[in-house]
Amino acid sequence: MIPVQFDYLAPESVEDALAALAEAGDDAKIMAGGQSLLPVLRLRLNSPEKVIDLSRIPGLRGISEEGDTIVIGAMTTHSDVVESELVGQHALLLQKTVAEVADPQIRHRGTLGGALVHADPAGDIGAAALALDAEFVIVGPGGATRTVPASEFFVDLFETAVQEGELLTQVRIPKHTGWGARYEKFVRVAHQWAIVAVAATVKMEGGTITEARIGLTNMGSIPLRATSVEAALLGQPATEEAVKAASATAADGTNPPSDLNGDSDYRKHLAGVLTRRAVLAAAGS
Amino acid sequence: MLVVNDAPTTLDLEPRVSLLDALREHLHLTGTKKGCNQGACGACTVLVDGRRVLACLTLAMQVEGREVTTIEGVGPHPLQAAFVRRDGLQCGYCTPGQICSAIGMVAEHRHGAASVVTDDVTTTPDLTPEEIRERMSGNLCRCGAYNGIVEAIVDTAPAMAEMAPALTPVPA
Ligand SMILES: Cc1cc2nc3c(=O)[nH]c(=O)nc-3n(C[C@H](O)[C@H](O)[C@H](O)COP(=O)(O)OP(=O)(O)OC[C@H]3O[C@@H](n4cnc5c(N)ncnc54)[C@H](O)[C@@H]3O)c2cc1C
Ligand code: FES
Ligand code: FES
Repeated sequence: MIPVQFDYLAPESVEDALAALAEAGDDAKIMAGGQSLLPVLRLRLNSPEKVIDLSRIPGLRGISEEGDTIVIGAMTTHSDVVESELVGQHALLLQKTVAEVADPQIRHRGTLGGALVHADPAGDIGAAALALDAEFVIVGPGGATRTVPASEFFVDLFETAVQEGELLTQVRIPKHTGWGARYEKFVRVAHQWAIVAVAATVKMEGGTITEARIGLTNMGSIPLRATSVEAALLGQPATEEAVKAASATAADGTNPPSDLNGDSDYRKHLAGVLTRRAVLAAAGS
Repeated sequence: MLVVNDAPTTLDLEPRVSLLDALREHLHLTGTKKGCNQGACGACTVLVDGRRVLACLTLAMQVEGREVTTIEGVGPHPLQAAFVRRDGLQCGYCTPGQICSAIGMVAEHRHGAASVVTDDVTTTPDLTPEEIRERMSGNLCRCGAYNGIVEAIVDTAPAMAEMAPALTPVPA
């Protein structure tokens, strides 16, 4: 199928994009890389009258550091993130996670902001953003800017704190310099959407885990933090036995979906296994 | 205005037309194939400014001012000869996408991109068959000619690296 006819706008500033959004109201759709939007338009699940392409706005794409924070523009592509030395040094978990998104072709056009705002429950990047305590900079009508913590960004399936008429402009990640990281994604074939995945990043001193952050993908309608595992890992040695014991509660309080790839109980089992693997690998990396 | 296979090209299209349909239906460059039309198979892979992208998930409007290279613009290429020599195809439907993808893959590798089978994502490993399989995983072949495809790329990778254009680095 081909999409319904629409007007295409390519504003060159955030102000112009906001003005175009305000004028069009719910008849407009933002386009970042288009890697999720174009399939949606083609299936006619959505038929906007205007598509507002953000790719001509300078300043929305790029990676920089500001003190203890890594700042990533919403239009930064997945491959930019994977190739960035800054991200590798200070937010290794994000880099390892984004390297698992889709395939190289899609990573060349898909963007960090687009993937996070799209908020597919099987999307990979949310769990890493949550684990790394990312903050989201959102601008609205008239240029009003607010910053939302990851814990409040994800609202429901395909729904985030970004409201109609607003744009996500930046993702800000506190530096996790020297933390080990691993994204354990469980799939049956290459570049499938995650059946379940676990994003783990840990800080080690000697052989001991001194801090741990665990994010879960596809264990509910939004990415989740396994806070009980994070607490149980503190002060533990990075041994198979200790990490296995701490990982046992990974699925506590979750209500994962059942589908053709696996039922809810199977996903809960996977969460424990993948958490153990991810933490052990993160502790060794 | 965009540049297709080195030729400046002007198109007058509805905004909803994909780069894939623009190439095939409007410029009659039918080498680029339509498989799934939703990003899953890689048959429509072309190079934009040297990077591989899916023409089915790109609007023609989005590549205004950019350089697009399709299979018609790469040949004759040593990788094509290697595909024939190594039986890297059966029906051939996936082949234009495989060849554009492999050319882009080698350029990315030369540029220093890591992959998920790389243990340390900050270093660039050699293009082993395992690395090639991971890096080419966005291109499906329903005839299952994967072994021949990997052999053809292994044969040609050094020559392709020499031909590879410099890619634009990540903006600061
Ligand atoms: C075959 C295939 C496989 C994939 N596999 C995976 C996978 O394994 N894991 C994974 O995580 N993802 C996967 N993806 C999705 C991929 O990560 C997309 O890049 C991403 O979901 C959307 O990014 P985009 O930049 O293309 O956004 P678009 O498609 O352009 O936009 C997505 C949505 O976000 C909105 N939006 C985008 N940017 C902004 C902004 N700055 N402000 C406000 N709203 C905005 C748009 O209006 C739209 O609703 C896959 C996609 C495909 C086609
Ligand atoms: S036709 Fe574009 S990926 Fe299948
Ligand atoms: S040769 Fe037939 S699909 Fe690859």
